[in-house]
Amino acid sequence: MDDFLQFLFSGLTRGSVYAIVGIGFSIIYNASRVINFAQGEFVMIGGMVTVYLLTTWGMPLALAAVVATAAAAATAAVLEWVAVERARSATPTTIIIITIGASILIRGVVEVLLGKRDYLLPAFGSETPIVIGDASLQPQSFWVLGTLVAVALGLKFFLGSTLAGKAMLATAQNAAAARIVGINTRRVLFYSFAASGALGAIAGIVITPITLTRFDIGVMLGLKGFCASIIGGLANPFGAIAGGLGVGIIEALAGGYLSSAYQDAVAFLIILLVLMVRPQGLFSRAAVERV
Amino acid sequence: MSSSGSARRSFLFGRAAVAAAAILAGAWLPPAHAQPAIKVGVLVASTGPLAFVGDPEAKTVKLLVEQVNRAGGVLGRPVEAVVYDTGADARQATTLARRLIENDKVDFMIGPSSSGETMAVVPIIEEAGLPLISMAAANAIIEPVKKWVFKTPHSYQQAIEKIFSDMRERGIKTVGIIAGAGGADQDCRNEAHKSAAAYGLRIAADETHAPADTDMTPQLTRIRGSGAAAILGCNTGSTSVITTRNYRQMGMKVPLYFQHGAGSQQFIDQTAGASEGVRVPVPAVLVASQLAADDPQLEIASRYAKAFKAATGEAVSAFGAYAHDALLLGLDAVRRAGSADKAKVREQLEKTSDFIGATGIYKMTAKDHMGLDQRSFKMAEIRNGAFVLVK
Amino acid sequence: MSERRGGTSNRWAILLLAGAIALLPAFLPNSFYFDLAIKAMLNALVCIGLNLMIGYAGQISLGHAAFFAIGGYASAALVAGAGLPAPLALVAGAGMSALVAFVVGRPILRLKGHYLAMATLGFGIILHTVFMRETGLTGGPDGRIVPAFAVGALRLTRLEHWYWLVGGALVLGVVVARLLVDSAFGRALRGLHDAEAAVSAVGVDVAAIKVRVFVISAVYASVAGSLFAHVERFITPGESGFIRSIEFVTMVVLGGMASTFGAIAGAAVLTVLTQVSATFADYKHIVLGTILVFTMAVMPAGIVPTLARTFSRRK
Repeated sequence: MDDFLQFLFSGLTRGSVYAIVGIGFSIIYNASRVINFAQGEFVMIGGMVTVYLLTTWGMPLALAAVVATAAAAATAAVLEWVAVERARSATPTTIIIITIGASILIRGVVEVLLGKRDYLLPAFGSETPIVIGDASLQPQSFWVLGTLVAVALGLKFFLGSTLAGKAMLATAQNAAAARIVGINTRRVLFYSFAASGALGAIAGIVITPITLTRFDIGVMLGLKGFCASIIGGLANPFGAIAGGLGVGIIEALAGGYLSSAYQDAVAFLIILLVLMVRPQGLFSRAAVERV
Repeated sequence: MSSSGSARRSFLFGRAAVAAAAILAGAWLPPAHAQPAIKVGVLVASTGPLAFVGDPEAKTVKLLVEQVNRAGGVLGRPVEAVVYDTGADARQATTLARRLIENDKVDFMIGPSSSGETMAVVPIIEEAGLPLISMAAANAIIEPVKKWVFKTPHSYQQAIEKIFSDMRERGIKTVGIIAGAGGADQDCRNEAHKSAAAYGLRIAADETHAPADTDMTPQLTRIRGSGAAAILGCNTGSTSVITTRNYRQMGMKVPLYFQHGAGSQQFIDQTAGASEGVRVPVPAVLVASQLAADDPQLEIASRYAKAFKAATGEAVSAFGAYAHDALLLGLDAVRRAGSADKAKVREQLEKTSDFIGATGIYKMTAKDHMGLDQRSFKMAEIRNGAFVLVK
Repeated sequence: MSERRGGTSNRWAILLLAGAIALLPAFLPNSFYFDLAIKAMLNALVCIGLNLMIGYAGQISLGHAAFFAIGGYASAALVAGAGLPAPLALVAGAGMSALVAFVVGRPILRLKGHYLAMATLGFGIILHTVFMRETGLTGGPDGRIVPAFAVGALRLTRLEHWYWLVGGALVLGVVVARLLVDSAFGRALRGLHDAEAAVSAVGVDVAAIKVRVFVISAVYASVAGSLFAHVERFITPGESGFIRSIEFVTMVVLGGMASTFGAIAGAAVLTVLTQVSATFADYKHIVLGTILVFTMAVMPAGIVPTLARTFSRRK
């Protein structure tokens, strides 16, 4: 039983990161119908830049985190302006290639500027494990889970109760109609990207004390976050939360009880199953395509 | 469909692209040489997942080449190192090996940084016929013996023997292993299985993880459940760091050992205190200041440790030592051969005897292309953030 | 728009390609360059097949490197382990890839757009994990040695000789692709791309066509993979990785979709580029990424069609 608890917690921790990344995918998809393959790189920027500011500039952790988040948001905004605006009329394949190229470029810049090794952030609070029965849980995991909860609540409030949030929802539903009622869809697009970047960075910062960070950790995280958002339904950011946590937990349980070497494949096996059975995701209505 | 504006833009882009291509092609042409330098090909993984291995290796090569040339070179000729980064990618390593041999026409090669890359490069080396001194540890590199292939690091077999004899001294009877799926990790694990009985040890747990896993708590949980009295970490790099941190976070107390891939200050720094009490077999250079006054390696190890720190600001690592010895072994063989002729150099490498390096003291033969024994391996324990010699 | 159809223009283009391949060796100074040329041609072979899927049929595949690796590993394992002669192992590998593509294709190709992209991506990663895990067969993460390509007593080891075999394979691949494109099957493919619903309404079995083109493109990749394994004498799971799949897609898109010769151009450019940037090792990601973003933003149709449009002075 205690083994199960250990695995469960490990799964919840990583699942929270997938979830936050997945929310980022959803937000961008909602605003622009674009799948941003560079999403994982924002997670990487969050961790790497925070480490850099902390160690080289001696900034206090909180300030470094804020600056790093802003850097990721800015990168996302630049990505939106350079890639998405310029190639507005291009095919989905072209835009996918652009975002992939952007992710390679971002990795390259970080690699040159900040180096190629692994970097560590100290845990935010104490490092003493919390013991429940025979399972020990790191306090940093609570930070990660807490961040997810905060993001989810913040998102609910933003989308449900603010004008800007409702503008985002309107643009997602029907961009043309949104423009007609006076919503500045260009600005919605811009802020969607920036918000996604910020979210990714926050996830990266809280997870780095556990997993370390490196210039290329964004690749797999981005892909798994993408899985999370597809499972939940691309247009549904809250679905991404369920998707992310689900993937994380199943991954940890499979790795714990079955085979740790196939762990990485678990997320993609789930995704294949979901796509074959219910491609619109677990929490979206089926889309009807007009011919 | 396209306006004349965008057609013009595309055309201009086309011209610019051609111009850029021409410039880049020009950069490819090698500069004319004034003197016949001795060319050493260097393959290192200075970027990517093994950057913690390849980066100190690259820096060491740079440092040593400067030193050697300041002292007048070898046989009166300057030494030129052609260094390529493989990114720990075996495919890239083979392409770059061909480039070194065909384009840069090197006299001998050192590297690559990892066992996987080395095995990939071996067929090319054998076909081309030039000496390769690998900086990777796997036994398979030199066993069975390959005519042109040598290596400098200790084998996993020696690391295991060192670790297990230390365990036996501490009265440990059962051990749990954690290893990555990669070839080097598995080599270490296989050696552990082979040698366990000889040291009175039983393997109580045998865990594997994926190469880039970020969470080892499932594996450590199972090791804990097996009741093993000690843990052997066959992994390296970020996975060994995470293993150590997880081990501490889970409150585990049994002795933890790692193979010699943990021999770097970076391992200690990244574990952020979690590695206190961890034991690692290390080459002499990591405990240079603690060596006995009559230890034959004292001078070379101290000199290299100081020079590396002065040049890079970083503490020395086992990997830098491998590069140090590979390069100097090769150059020493050239000196003894009286020329850079590949066959002669190879012959001299096999005759290397009592060569004092930073990693150990080498004595090679036609049957032994590594030449190290247990003398040069020291057991160290991490105390107060540094490697301390265990007497 | 796609190239002009028609037998004569095809014949000239293929002759031009064969001529270029025949003349190139005169300009290659040493075997390192032959290695580069061979790699470019093998990438081109994969891209020709992939282009049928992406360019003509409008279906995306982000996991194609998996088939490349199936071919390579099949050749390695069957020749070394089962003692099969190399050409037979190559055919067997192609057969395996075709089977996998058929089995996986049917359910996956019902999906569209991003969902299809994700499904092919997932498929590729799962196969990659298998190649990493099954050490007995594949040698695990560090890969395995591949025996030389031998037919009876004849061993093909010199890169200068390999160049001709691969060149011939490439020309053959182009001929087959052009024949396909100009056939009824090719018309159905293009119909798929432009108006799937309409094509389906006229009674064409859309699902069967999609699977068929998937299988064909898998075979192209597999053959290229088998040849690659024998040339390099080594194969690693990296050949099946996500990055490798992306490289192939990038070559196709760069060179121009729905353009067989564009696929070759894209493969050649990107292969040479990655080697030029080996000299600027530290900056290779920056260079690659910039080129991808810049080219796709400025020339979304790809190099060949854009240049063709510029030079033909047509609107």
